[in-house]
Amino acid sequence: MIRNQLLVCAGGACITSGEKSVKDVLVDELKKHGIEDEVQVIETGCMGACDLGPIVVVYPEGTFYQKVTVKNADLIVSEHLVKGRTVGELLYTEPTSEKKARTSGDIPFYTRQVKRVLRNCGAIDPLSIEEYIARDGYFALGKALEMTPDDIIQVLLDSGLRGRGGAGFPTGLKWKAAREANGSPKYVVCNGDEGDPGAFMDRSVLEGDPHSIIEAMAIAGHAIGAEKGYMYVRAEYPLAMERFEYAIGKAREYGFLGQSILGTGFNFDIEIRIGAGAFVCGEETALLRSIEGKRGTPSIKPPFPAQAGLWNKPTLINNVETYANIPQIITNGAEWFRSVGSTKSPGTKVFALAGNVQNTGLVEVPMGTTLRELIFDIGGGIPGGKKFKAAQTGGPSGGVITGDYLDMPIDFDTVKDIGTIMGSGGLIVLDEDSCMVDVAKFYLGFTVDESCGKCTPCREGTRQMYQMMERICDGKGRDGDIEKLSRLANVIEDTSLCGLGQSAPNPVLSTIRFYEDEYRAHIYEKKCPSHVCKHLLIYSIMPDKCVGCTACARQCPVDAITGEVKKTHMIDQSKCSKCGSCYEVCRFGAIRKE
Amino acid sequence: MKMNLEDRLKENPELKKQFDVLDAYIGELATLEGSLINVLHRAQEIFGYLPDEVLEFASSRLNLPRSTVYGVVTFYHFFSRLPKGRHTVSVCLGTACYVRGGNAVYEKVMKTLGIKAGETTQDGRFSLDIVRCVGACGLAPVVVIDKDTYGRSTPEKVVTLLNKYA
Repeated sequence: MIRNQLLVCAGGACITSGEKSVKDVLVDELKKHGIEDEVQVIETGCMGACDLGPIVVVYPEGTFYQKVTVKNADLIVSEHLVKGRTVGELLYTEPTSEKKARTSGDIPFYTRQVKRVLRNCGAIDPLSIEEYIARDGYFALGKALEMTPDDIIQVLLDSGLRGRGGAGFPTGLKWKAAREANGSPKYVVCNGDEGDPGAFMDRSVLEGDPHSIIEAMAIAGHAIGAEKGYMYVRAEYPLAMERFEYAIGKAREYGFLGQSILGTGFNFDIEIRIGAGAFVCGEETALLRSIEGKRGTPSIKPPFPAQAGLWNKPTLINNVETYANIPQIITNGAEWFRSVGSTKSPGTKVFALAGNVQNTGLVEVPMGTTLRELIFDIGGGIPGGKKFKAAQTGGPSGGVITGDYLDMPIDFDTVKDIGTIMGSGGLIVLDEDSCMVDVAKFYLGFTVDESCGKCTPCREGTRQMYQMMERICDGKGRDGDIEKLSRLANVIEDTSLCGLGQSAPNPVLSTIRFYEDEYRAHIYEKKCPSHVCKHLLIYSIMPDKCVGCTACARQCPVDAITGEVKKTHMIDQSKCSKCGSCYEVCRFGAIRKE
Repeated sequence: MKMNLEDRLKENPELKKQFDVLDAYIGELATLEGSLINVLHRAQEIFGYLPDEVLEFASSRLNLPRSTVYGVVTFYHFFSRLPKGRHTVSVCLGTACYVRGGNAVYEKVMKTLGIKAGETTQDGRFSLDIVRCVGACGLAPVVVIDKDTYGRSTPEKVVTLLNKYA
C-alpha cells in the first residue's frame, strides 16, 4: 500500500543541479528504512522554479523541499517519512518576510501563476500514460472524434487561440486553411525546434507532459484529414526526444495512435524527426525542408504550408505550446479558454524567466499580465540590489521593453506597438550593468551565425550591420553610424525572404529607439556608460587606495604597470590592452574602471 | 587514385564493422524518403564524425547525389567533418548565459585548452564548441561536457571541471 509519493523534479535545470544523485539517495534511504513498498519515488517534468532545484515534493501533504543535496536528502526519509517531522532546513524561505513556505501554495512564485499549458508538468510522471489519463488525458481526443472536423475548428476559432511560436497567428484559421486545402495525403507537424536562446518552455512540455502533444496532434489529424504527423525536435534536447518517443510507444499500445483509434476508423501516427542545430529551421518552411532531409532553407510564402507544405502536400504546422492548449480547449470549451487573458490574446502564456532576476524558471501567467508582476512579484526582482534596466523578449527577432512600460499589460499586440515581439516567450531581464549596444550586438551576432545564406539582405546585410556594431563597441564609431544602421535595418526588414531576416534588425532598431544616448556615448564620447565594452574602458590606479603590493604589475600581460614595492603604481595607457586582469587581482579595490 | 569504398572496407575489418551497424540501421528504417538527417545522426554516433567514406556510403545507400549529402552535412552545425576529441566541451552562449557571464567562461576555456570553438586539442583530449542555449537558462552560465551539464559555472570552476576529464 502506497502511503506517500515523492515527486522529484527531473527538469533540465534540476538534472543539472544533481537530481539523479538525490533520487538515488532517496531510493537507498527508503530501502534502508524498509519502507520502499510504502513510498513511491516519481521523476516528474519541470516544476518551473529552476533556481530552487533539485526539488522534491512529498505527497499527499505537498511539502515542498528545495535545494536538496545528496548530503541532506536522507533527512526527507528519516525525518519526514519515518518520524513525521517536516525538515525545516529544506523548506523555502520567503526573502522579505523570512517566513518558511510549507507547500508550493505558500510561495509567491507559484501562487500568481495560472497553470494550463504546464498543468501536468511536475505533477505527473511523464513516462506514465495512466497518470496522464487520470488527469483527463485523451478525453479530448475521444470527444473530438465524436465531433465533426468543422465543429472542432469552430471551437478553436471561437477560443481565439493564437500561435504561441511567436507571431500570434490565429490557430483556428490555420486549421481551417489546412482542412479546406486540396491534396492528399495531408500532414500534421509539430514545431519543437525551440531555437530562441533563452526560451525553454517547449522543452519542458515535451519532457514533462508529452502525451498532451500527442493527443493534440491526433485531434489535428482528425480535424484536417491527416493520418500522419511529424514531431520535429531540436538535437539539443535528447531527453525530450527520449520521453516523446516513449510516449508515442505507450499511446500506440493504448490505441490512441495507430489504426482505427478508439474504434472510430480514424488512423493516425506520429514519427519523430531530429533537428541538427540550425536556428532557421524554426521558420516553418525551413523546418519542412529539414523534415524532408534537406538543407533547411526557407521558401517564399505564399504558397503557405497549409496549401503546399511537406512534400508539397497540405500541412498543418503549430508550435508545441500551441498544441498543449488544444486538448483543454476541446474538453472545456472556447468560453473557458477565454476566461483568462486579454480580449485579443486570450489564454495564458508561458515565459522563460532568465537573466538578472532572482527567481529564474518557467512561469505561466494570463496574457495581459504586466512586466512588473512577472519580474518583481513572481521573479522576486533583481538580485544584488541592482536596478532594473530592461527586459528583452522575442530573442534575436525581438527587442527591449524599458522601465517605462513595466505596468503595460503584455500580449501579442501591446508588445508589437513598442517595437518588440512576444516571440516564443523568452524573457531576459537586464540590470543596470547591461550595455544595450553590446546586447544588440550579441543578438545580431547570433543572426549572422544562423543566417542560412539563401537571400542577400539577410546574409550580407546583417553582417554589415554587425561590423558596424563591432566598430562602435571598439571605440571606432563614426558620425552617421546610427543613421546608417537604421537605414540598412529597414532595407533588411523589407527585403529579406523569411522571418529570420525580416526580424533580424529588431534588436538594433529597438535599442536605438530607447537607448540612442548609449549609442551616442559609444560613438561620440568613446565611452560605454555601463562599463561593458572592453575597448572603451580606461583602467587607472587610485593613489589613495594603492598599497604597492605589486600584484597588478606581476599579473599585467603587457607590462603596462610600473611602480616600486610599497609605492603607488601607474598604468601606462598607451600599453594597456584593457584585459582587466589588474582589476580582478587587486585586493584593495584600487583599480578604477571607467 | 582512391580505392573504392568496398575494397577499403575489405582491408579494414574494424571500419567494416562500423559500416555494418549503419547499414543495419538504414535497413530498419520504415521509409528512406527524407531519412538523410536521421541517418547522418546515427552515423555520427557510430563514427564520431562524418568522414568522406560515410558521405559516400550514405549517398549510395539512400540513392542521393553526393552533392546533396555534402550540402546537408555542411548546413547543420551539429554535424562534424573532423574527428572530435575524447571529450566535447560545449560552452553555452545563449542569451541567459551571455547576460550572466558566459563569455568569460568561454574565454577561460579557450585560454586553458589553447583552442577555439570548432577545434580539438593536439592530444585529442578535448574538442570545444559554442552552443546557443541548452534550455537550462535558470542555471546560467552553463557548460556541457560530453553528456553532463554544469550550471552556475565561473571561470575558476570550469578549470577544476576540465581537470576531471582525462
